[in-house]
Amino acid sequence: MSVTDALPPAPDVGGPQQALLAVKGLSKHFAVGGRLFRTGGVVRAVDDVSFSVDKGEVLGIVGESGCGKSTTARLIIGLIAPDAGEITLDGEPVGPALSLRELRRRVQMVFQDSYASLNPRLTIEDTIAFGPKVHGVAVNEARSRAHELLRKVGLDPGHFADRYPHELSGGQRQRINIARALALAPRLVILDEAVSALDKSVEAQVLNLLLDLKAEFGLTYVFISHDLNVVRFISDRVIVMYLGEVVESGPVETLWADARHPYTRALLAAMPSLDPDQRTQEAPIAGDPPNPIDPPSGCRFHTRCPYAENVCSSTVPKLMSTGNDRHAAACHMVDPASGHSKATAQAIRRRAQSATDRPPDAEAAHA
Amino acid sequence: MTAVADDLVRIAVVDKARGYWTNVGRRLMRDPVSVTCALVLIIIALAAILAPWLGLADPYQGSMIRRLRPIGTPNYPLGTDELGRDMLTRLIYGGRLSLLIGLLPVVLAFVIGTTLGVIAGYVGGLVNQAIMRTIDVFYAFPSVLLAIAISGALGAGITNSLVSLTIVFIPPIVRVAESVTTGVRNLDFVDAARASGAGAMTIMRVHVLGNVLGPIFVYATSLISVCMILAAGLSFLGLGTRPPEPEWGLMLNTLRTAIYINPWVAALPGAMIFMVSICFNLLSDGLRSAMDVRD
Repeated sequence: MSVTDALPPAPDVGGPQQALLAVKGLSKHFAVGGRLFRTGGVVRAVDDVSFSVDKGEVLGIVGESGCGKSTTARLIIGLIAPDAGEITLDGEPVGPALSLRELRRRVQMVFQDSYASLNPRLTIEDTIAFGPKVHGVAVNEARSRAHELLRKVGLDPGHFADRYPHELSGGQRQRINIARALALAPRLVILDEAVSALDKSVEAQVLNLLLDLKAEFGLTYVFISHDLNVVRFISDRVIVMYLGEVVESGPVETLWADARHPYTRALLAAMPSLDPDQRTQEAPIAGDPPNPIDPPSGCRFHTRCPYAENVCSSTVPKLMSTGNDRHAAACHMVDPASGHSKATAQAIRRRAQSATDRPPDAEAAHA
Repeated sequence: MTAVADDLVRIAVVDKARGYWTNVGRRLMRDPVSVTCALVLIIIALAAILAPWLGLADPYQGSMIRRLRPIGTPNYPLGTDELGRDMLTRLIYGGRLSLLIGLLPVVLAFVIGTTLGVIAGYVGGLVNQAIMRTIDVFYAFPSVLLAIAISGALGAGITNSLVSLTIVFIPPIVRVAESVTTGVRNLDFVDAARASGAGAMTIMRVHVLGNVLGPIFVYATSLISVCMILAAGLSFLGLGTRPPEPEWGLMLNTLRTAIYINPWVAALPGAMIFMVSICFNLLSDGLRSAMDVRD
């Protein structure tokens, strides 16, 4: 007996070379404060975001509160409709080729609030079996699948199946949420701050569980978090968001070792350190993020950036490759042609470096 | 997967035979207040239904010389009314119409109002506006006036007063249903259900209804007593029950004139209305706690 009997996972279409999820030009603007006969402002929650997730990898998305991480997650799974942009799952664009219903079977989500995301009136078993039943699995089959999944997430079905969410601890509830997400045999699971509300010890257990499940079911994760330590632990690649835009993306170790965007550097510098000699003395960036209703012109970070120059407030920087493999940043200092004083200096240094390593690499930004 | 684990699953599945409502029923049986109220209501309802077979006096047979006898008169344990008819008989027979007229409009309004309110709350947007603004129109009139107006327009008769009372009770139930549904709709588990590909109807049935029925139900049961009193008012105006017919509200109104002569007898129909409505209220309260799985 296997959980995949009644509802097999969607087949792999494009092979390992094709990205599982490709997001292109995704935008979502929310109208706010409109009154009668007067239109209010527009919050650019997600603005022209593009990225891709390879099969079997964990993509971390980091950023401050309100930077559009969760909106991005909800856009991918179709809980809110995008204003612009296109989402492609394993080569099939959502909409024309892939129905929303089928998308939601292949992509599942785990929410941050483990209690609010479980129906208080349903038993654990009914909660997990709900999705498969919706997709036409027989009641008994759905139930035994729920039991099997409970065992997979480390909970004894005999003890937990008939319980209600309020009888469980936060960690147990989040395991239930993971089991519920896996019940539809998805290929991609979006973890939206899935471990942020847990105790540190429980968080570690759940993270390890997530890695085990990923290996067992061949899953791909999009891991959204504000906790950089956790993101570094679990992710293969990371994208950094600021005010609804992607400011930097790259493999996790490259990003940690060689962050190019001042915002990423500030985020990393803001991490609490256990080493007293490394203690953060002053805040790496001052102030709150600007109001997303009326974001700053040019580079959105220029109001808080220590290296801001005239070009930063006038021209929007494009996400471009830093020369390293798959590492890209949206900063004028990365672009030698931007006119930023630090850009030319950095470019010269890099050219000198790459002349010794390998030929200059003019590859377009990986996005 | 081993055979042992297979057996484990099967045993657990069989064990899960009792459902949510069985649990609610069990919790309700453990509450002495609810059990008492349920018993009182069952006795009153059974007596009303079985009235013709209980060997009671004729509820319409009056006697001019035995009018307004006090409680405890031989052969008339609860006295007689202003036309000399046996009060006990009339109270028991009166339960038939009173319970029907108190319950049926509320039940109908509960079904219609919950449906409209949950749809308005879940779908939101234009649908919500359309339903809620229509409901607001009914709010413009005081409920008594509205009931009289509809009853008057439809003509006298029990069926028409049932219809008018149903219409009167739909708007407040829609309001309550809409507000609790709006609260539930924004919770993550509804998003999670949407994310599993379920349609709006399935989500409303499985995830919304169970979480909103409790408060709506308790509110609706509190309307039963109001409904009985409104029905009595309609009867008094000649729009509901007609005079010789025994009905608590109508009896209360006709005995009103005897309140200085024999106040205890005159108060009896009122006591019946009070008893039934308080029992419904306490029972609905008990049911609400029994439905709350967190207790």
